[in-house]
Amino acid sequence: MSREAMEYDVVIVGAGPAGLTTAIKLKQLDPSLNVCILEKGSEVGAHILSGNVFETKALDELLPNWRNENTPIKTKVSKEKFLFLSKNSSLSWPTWLLPTVQKNHKNYIISLANLCRWLAEQAEKLGVEIFPGFPASEVLYNDDDSVKGVATLDMGLDKEGNKKDTYQEGMELHAKVTVFSEGCRGHLGKQLIKKFNLDEGKNPQQYGIGLKEIWEVSEQQHQEGLVMHTAGWPLDSKTYGGSFIYHAENRQIYLGYVIGLDYQNPYLSPFDEFQRFKTHPSIRKMFEGGKRISFGARALIEGGIQSLPKMYMPGALLIGCDAGTLNMPKIKGSHTAMKSGIVAAEAIVENIKNKADLSIYEKKFKDSWAYKELYSARNVKPSFSWGLILGIIFTGIDQILFRGRMPFTLKHKHADHEALKPASQMPKIEYPKPDGKLTFDKTSSVYLTGTNHAENQPVHLRLKDPNLPINYTLKEYDEPAQRYCPVGVYEIQKEKFVINSQNCIHCKTCDIKEPSQNITWVAPEGGGGPKYGNM
Amino acid sequence: MKILVAVKRVIDYNVQIRVKEDGSGVHTDNVKMSTNPPDDNAVEESVKLKESGKIKEIVAISIGEDKAQESIRKALAVGADKGIHVKSDSYIEPLGIAKILKKIVEKEKPDMVFLGKQAIDDDCNQTGQMLAAMLNWPQATFSSKLNIKEKSLEVVREIDEGLETLEINLPAIVTCDLRLNEPRFASLPNIMKAKKKPMEQLNAKDIGVDLSNRIEQLKVEEPPKRKAGIKVASVAELVSKLKNEAKVI
Repeated sequence: MSREAMEYDVVIVGAGPAGLTTAIKLKQLDPSLNVCILEKGSEVGAHILSGNVFETKALDELLPNWRNENTPIKTKVSKEKFLFLSKNSSLSWPTWLLPTVQKNHKNYIISLANLCRWLAEQAEKLGVEIFPGFPASEVLYNDDDSVKGVATLDMGLDKEGNKKDTYQEGMELHAKVTVFSEGCRGHLGKQLIKKFNLDEGKNPQQYGIGLKEIWEVSEQQHQEGLVMHTAGWPLDSKTYGGSFIYHAENRQIYLGYVIGLDYQNPYLSPFDEFQRFKTHPSIRKMFEGGKRISFGARALIEGGIQSLPKMYMPGALLIGCDAGTLNMPKIKGSHTAMKSGIVAAEAIVENIKNKADLSIYEKKFKDSWAYKELYSARNVKPSFSWGLILGIIFTGIDQILFRGRMPFTLKHKHADHEALKPASQMPKIEYPKPDGKLTFDKTSSVYLTGTNHAENQPVHLRLKDPNLPINYTLKEYDEPAQRYCPVGVYEIQKEKFVINSQNCIHCKTCDIKEPSQNITWVAPEGGGGPKYGNM
Repeated sequence: MKILVAVKRVIDYNVQIRVKEDGSGVHTDNVKMSTNPPDDNAVEESVKLKESGKIKEIVAISIGEDKAQESIRKALAVGADKGIHVKSDSYIEPLGIAKILKKIVEKEKPDMVFLGKQAIDDDCNQTGQMLAAMLNWPQATFSSKLNIKEKSLEVVREIDEGLETLEINLPAIVTCDLRLNEPRFASLPNIMKAKKKPMEQLNAKDIGVDLSNRIEQLKVEEPPKRKAGIKVASVAELVSKLKNEAKVI
């Protein structure tokens, strides 16, 4: 039984900043190349969520004329603040004492989803074929084990996997080079890293979960161009994380919270920490009387170069955060992801034209400014494993005095899922009840994401051992899935583990944080998942 | 035989609608748009009839801004043969839409016009009926089952009392209910083929009908928030509350 197949020069999996950049650069270098992008979201941008303070360096290289076009890059950063919070007070850190990597005066406050929509238009003008609503669900291999391409998911299966009337077989897309740009914890990228041992000799990857809301506030509360970050309360000093507050155009504020997924307490709920954070006296006043109009969450990469896997394999490349190119101290990944896309395209063209080995991609990336950036950023995140205070002191010395050139590299010792301590050893956390005005529950939040999955389809959150949640994880860790999932997909109801997979917003946190790695996220039927607007 | 099927691009049904602060309408910037769901049923039914050999040609039409072509392409990807895009950047009421459709019907001479029973954005549920009246054709609205005969259609309608079966002569107007069928997925190769299918482009202003709106929209606002419910401990408490507080029994 063979499926229908289409042949391309390059197939790209995922229409985020990295994938779209690769496609555009490929067509600029060689317009005759056949390039297509598969995207699991119902449209480009629907699954994109990011802060985002955007550094234009990679875009300047890709489309030098962008400033003359009608791009969604409009709000220049005009003012910066950094606050340390304790429960009731705040301490403003002078911006001149911030490491250069955290200075943003040349950057823009943007919606990355809108930037991706604009990049998709540019790609389509160059002849790139983009297929939203078609998740790649399977990697295809040649006889010599090199990557042959990908297959799209079969559509129209019922819960048990039987064919419905609307059944439609998935299709194969073959390519000379397949580029994986699924973003953080891509489900195919994860398989490739394992199959080709791409993470051999590397530290375990580190992740965070980022939660974001968009608020519409009054003119008095709004200061277009203001970029603000906080550290400290409500997190304890052992938990890595902080907030971002970006005042964008149209009286909107992009408000978010990032928590390192190496947190220890299984009672911790990233969602509720975020909600609680908003009640701080110096934060509350910015949002009171305003209206929350969007909500979403997505895991992000925090491991840096210590955890960066080998980025190439026979027939395929990992780019952007499918590999892990985010710059953690900068809290930015779009520019480095795009740069990896640019060099990937250059390498692919040399590979197709001159039979150059795909390893030149990694070489080019390591020679680029993006890698240099990641190199000097490398010691920041691991230093926070000593706690907030020591982390800040070390980061000050490392980033301000040495500018990231200390003669050693700190290691990430554990994978995030190994960091959880048994529930019996950790304090329970009582979170305040949401008031429905400033703070909210998960139910009203998931509603804002617009997420949906056709009801009668196979569950896309798979358990390796279906009994483990009740028999082990509940007893040992009080089943933290109930709390780390930001939209309440996982519930314990009368001694049963329930998976409300239709609420999933594709953040991948469960795939990362489940202590026994018992949950695997796979792609659901095309078009499912959130419908983010300007996230 | 030939079917003209009308599709409308609306805000996706999963998206939470946000009303503009000045009450002039709802936000549509950066909002996911899709084909109106019952219109998908209308397209699916046309394709099924074509597959059964009873229909030769399907023409899909959409009226609206440039992006309305996405809905036409989707119809072409699942089996329509030709598209017509009537461009209009401003809102046209169902009356105007029906007038445009009448002109197109006179030109294309279909045997049937299929439409969704209503659009999920304005919920007007008028266009099909108005078009039937203007053309003086028989109509079957809210159809949930359809059987095509030589010169007539047997249609089962979803009505308040249950199901009603009608037989109407062709040519006719049919508006489709969600129960009519389950729309298929467009396949990748068909999406690509659809890009090459013919699409005629017209401008609403050039159709030669009066499109002026007759309804003045005063204000758009959110429905009032529902009060939070309460949990009752027992049946007795429920009965007492229904009796004494709600006074409904």
